[in-house]
Amino acid sequence: MSQAVAIIGTGQTECGKRTDVSYPELIYEAVGRAFDDSGLSPEDIEAVVSGSMPPAMEGVANPHLYWADAMGAAGKPLIRTATCGSTGMSLAHTGFYHVASGLFDLVLVVGAEKMYEGDPQGTMATVADPFFQRPFLAGAPGIFSLQSNEWAHRYGLDEKRVRMAAAELSVRNHIDALANPYAHIKLNITVDDVLKSRIIAYPVRILDVCPASDGACAVIMASERMVKKLGATPAWIRGVGYCGEEAFFGEGDKVVWQAAINAAKSAYKQAGITNPRKELDVAEVYNPFTFQEMLFYECFGFCDFGHACELVESGTVMRGGDLPCDPSGGTLCNNPIGATGLQRTAEVVLQVTEKAGDHQVPGASTGLAHAMGGLDQFNGIMILSNSL
Amino acid sequence: MSSESRILEGYVSLPYKWAMGTTTTRFFDELKDKKIMGTKCLKCNRVLIPARSFCSHCFEKTDDWVEVSPEGTLRTWCGIDFSYEGQPKEPPYLIGIIDLDGTDVGLPHFVGGIPTDDFDEIAKKVRIGGRVKAVWKENRTGNILDIDYFKPVD
Repeated sequence: MSQAVAIIGTGQTECGKRTDVSYPELIYEAVGRAFDDSGLSPEDIEAVVSGSMPPAMEGVANPHLYWADAMGAAGKPLIRTATCGSTGMSLAHTGFYHVASGLFDLVLVVGAEKMYEGDPQGTMATVADPFFQRPFLAGAPGIFSLQSNEWAHRYGLDEKRVRMAAAELSVRNHIDALANPYAHIKLNITVDDVLKSRIIAYPVRILDVCPASDGACAVIMASERMVKKLGATPAWIRGVGYCGEEAFFGEGDKVVWQAAINAAKSAYKQAGITNPRKELDVAEVYNPFTFQEMLFYECFGFCDFGHACELVESGTVMRGGDLPCDPSGGTLCNNPIGATGLQRTAEVVLQVTEKAGDHQVPGASTGLAHAMGGLDQFNGIMILSNSL
Repeated sequence: MSSESRILEGYVSLPYKWAMGTTTTRFFDELKDKKIMGTKCLKCNRVLIPARSFCSHCFEKTDDWVEVSPEGTLRTWCGIDFSYEGQPKEPPYLIGIIDLDGTDVGLPHFVGGIPTDDFDEIAKKVRIGGRVKAVWKENRTGNILDIDYFKPVD
């Protein structure tokens, strides 16, 4: 019953502090744009997949109930998927499962967050168990900085060199975000600005860290049969990989990170990719912290372990390089968390269908989208191409 | 139609009562006596810390209790210098993952016992791979904060 799946429409909102709209109105904006992009209407959709961060973020439990009308979900199966930071990628995978199973031909997938409505770090601190981990794993900056510091020290690299590579990545993401109409942070910064910016969670500084954003993203997934029937321009899903880890942060090695390595391996295997550095044209790596973007280069096989700085220094992962990463400005400049992983997916769709406008990577035909989440616990990957 | 969009302010404040189970209850009772206890999985031979009632890898029950060392190696650390609702102490402070001797799982906790006003100075004293030792609270009430923090000892 299994069938090929494509994404045939995307919709993103402008992100930032969106006090001009209520939560459902924000969803309505993204969903409306996905319909405009695909030429479809709500009545064409057979099932709806949605998700966000833990509902304490906005103070409305089970938000998919609240969002239902804004997704045109009345009279349809509606499911909520939530894995913290990786929610957006889990949503993309859930939508894929719906269509690949053969049960549905057209599925709407929606992720959103309104982080200005609550206390994001306070919400994230409640993700950890109340007995052992909660007092210490201080929201996202705590766990991500623990991981960043461990990575920065694993290979005995010169501290200044690592710091400089991270700063250059921050600048690249910020400059790229200027060309992305949906990005939240629009700042023209220099390496020096990053190096001198305020410490949030040592060794990580504020310009190494993503913002908290309001924003939504929607994509429409279709079966091969439906792509042909509609004559749509598809981004084909050629591989998916997802891997979780133990509930205790201290169990796994977060530097040579098996969850990330395994997610990438299984997605590459499905997509028939043996040399990701050569075969990928673009990658939207989930990069809430600059250091993590480099850690992921290693786990995804873009380079050997301990050599991520070289990819930055040689320009390989910069615009115009062999494998441009996060041409959207990435999570670093845009982070409505429940939408963030789906934005990575939508951005790769835009790239391989040549719709990315001012931040188009010329000739991109195959790309990788990624998100990670949980207590540094989950990784999900999707490989998309303009051909099957 | 108004072009204004106003804000409704509110609170969701809910009390909880979290059941610990007998394994966590004993682990916390032992902390009152300055003992850090783990449980060993007899299938994979890992010593799990804090003590657990089942193994995260083997799915086996783990009721073989072992006392572990209050000393260990600092796997990683970072300095927290931001505020959030429900924070356990005033920033700045340090957190770390500690691999206690004789255990196979890292323990998250505070790193302390040194001034925390200059992170670059701290970074000279708090070393990844360095040795740390548990410092106990005077008044122990049976929770993870009965260990006040882990102090660098070399």
